[in-house]
Amino acid sequence: MTVYVENTNRWRFQIHGVLVILKKNILLYYLKPPVLIFGVLFPVFFFLAFKMGRPIAAENIVPGMVAMALWFTSSSVGPLITPWERRAKTYERLIVTPVSLQAIIAGDILSGVIFGACLSIVPVILGLILTDAAVRNLPFLVIGVIFGAVNFSSLGVLLAAPPASSPSNIMLLSNLVRLPLLFVSGIFLPIPGMPSWARWIAPISPLSYAGDLIRVGFGQSGYFPLWLSPLVLIIFTAVLMWGAYKFHRRWRAKGL
Amino acid sequence: MVKEHKNIIEVKGLIKRFDRVKAVDGISFAVGDGELFGFLGPNGAGKTTTVRMLTGVLKSTEGTATIQRHDICSEPLQSRAHIAVVPEEANVYLDLSVWQNIMLMADLYGIPRKQRIRKAEELLDLLGLSDRREHKARTLSKGLRQRLMLCAALVSEPEILFLDEPTSGLDVQSRQMIHKIIRQLNSQGLTIFLTTHNMEEAENLCSRVAIINEGKIVAIDIPDRLRTAIEARQYVEVVFLDKRLSTQEVKSLSSVSSVDMAGNVIRAYTETPGKTATEVACLAKSRDIEIEQLCTRKPSLQEVFLYFTNQDKKAAMQ
Repeated sequence: MTVYVENTNRWRFQIHGVLVILKKNILLYYLKPPVLIFGVLFPVFFFLAFKMGRPIAAENIVPGMVAMALWFTSSSVGPLITPWERRAKTYERLIVTPVSLQAIIAGDILSGVIFGACLSIVPVILGLILTDAAVRNLPFLVIGVIFGAVNFSSLGVLLAAPPASSPSNIMLLSNLVRLPLLFVSGIFLPIPGMPSWARWIAPISPLSYAGDLIRVGFGQSGYFPLWLSPLVLIIFTAVLMWGAYKFHRRWRAKGL
Repeated sequence: MVKEHKNIIEVKGLIKRFDRVKAVDGISFAVGDGELFGFLGPNGAGKTTTVRMLTGVLKSTEGTATIQRHDICSEPLQSRAHIAVVPEEANVYLDLSVWQNIMLMADLYGIPRKQRIRKAEELLDLLGLSDRREHKARTLSKGLRQRLMLCAALVSEPEILFLDEPTSGLDVQSRQMIHKIIRQLNSQGLTIFLTTHNMEEAENLCSRVAIINEGKIVAIDIPDRLRTAIEARQYVEVVFLDKRLSTQEVKSLSSVSSVDMAGNVIRAYTETPGKTATEVACLAKSRDIEIEQLCTRKPSLQEVFLYFTNQDKKAAMQ
């Protein structure tokens, strides 16, 4: 025992903890109904609602669909985990282990990143097969997907912090944040074509920057300077992670 | 004879405030290595808050506590690495199998694969869960889930085990099995911090108990000494065969402070049970009354608890 005790503060032990949390989350939460409904079905129906009966070239909407899928999938796992664990009464046992709260949060974020990044490949492949869309700038597409997934997943984990009595309350809160941002981030309409008030709001949404990078990846023109989007996503992510840690620490003993 | 222990838990002036309410009010105590320490108190006395501070769930407002000399505030991860916890309201992961639940906990403590497999198999045997290894935890009864939680806690081979009401709501068989395992683990050197409001459990299991009331520790000692400590609650119980002495007659004895009577049984409270027993026997002989049974008794731990927690003064006095 002593050998492990002395190691608990070391980064290697905590990284191991992150991976154990990730494994647990994959086993327990990827197939939970709220994740499938809000992470998979939502973007599919949004796509159908947007596309059906409108004279838009299919290849032009592929980047937006990829960004939307990434937005919903990456941010759908995080809001579920902590509220579910609180309700199932497993959370207290988790936080009394030598795995730090930072590692638990990192594991939760990583779960959302992998879920989102993997599922966003589906619209990419469908877009490439079924439309004339083509990947013209792979690095930007990859950066957009990865940075976006980390950012959106961090947002999801931050939203999971309030001590809600039921996971559905947190899912409601997360949709209150996710849905309005979807409409002001240039997903359905490119940002230059949006009304002026929406163009003012677009820069405060991380989805705008991830969507812009993905759009560039598919050979379309970007709205923001190319150097700016990754930088803003990194700053947004740092703020969201910091907030997630602060609020999870503040509320971790509530509602146990 | 009480074994001398090196302290494994040391608590000094621990305070926890929730807004203006002091849930724990400057408690200090120590738990020795290998002790089975009972932490008793009525609902809302501060038991769970204390355990949550010691296990790192809650941050203390003031005071210090160490676990294996690691401060719970400045070295939370090192202090948590020495402990395992079975919280009262906790549950296992219902969608994981028995085996996956145990492996998950072992993995969180960084136990190497071979070691955790060996230990898990040993614990499944000990707790009678071997044949349910692949069953989902969802399919287990409450008693079996509690056993699984013990397995998952013990797989990391902790030095201190925190048990918060471990047998609450369990059937007699599961309760007895858990008691047996607690004793066995303690005899193998595991320090156990047992929070309970089941006096029988505390009396049967604990080598030392602390009683907490309204956030303060009101008594701490081995159960036998606590019983002796409230001398006035010792009593002599007399069962008469046919005729009996009246309560007035017994009360008139110089060593008796109060008397209870039910049928042919008289209970005379006294600080000197030996003297009272002799006096009662002499008095009965002088009245030609036959005694069927006469014994001296110390108060039960339940009476001690009520006495110190002042919860039900009347009940304690009776």
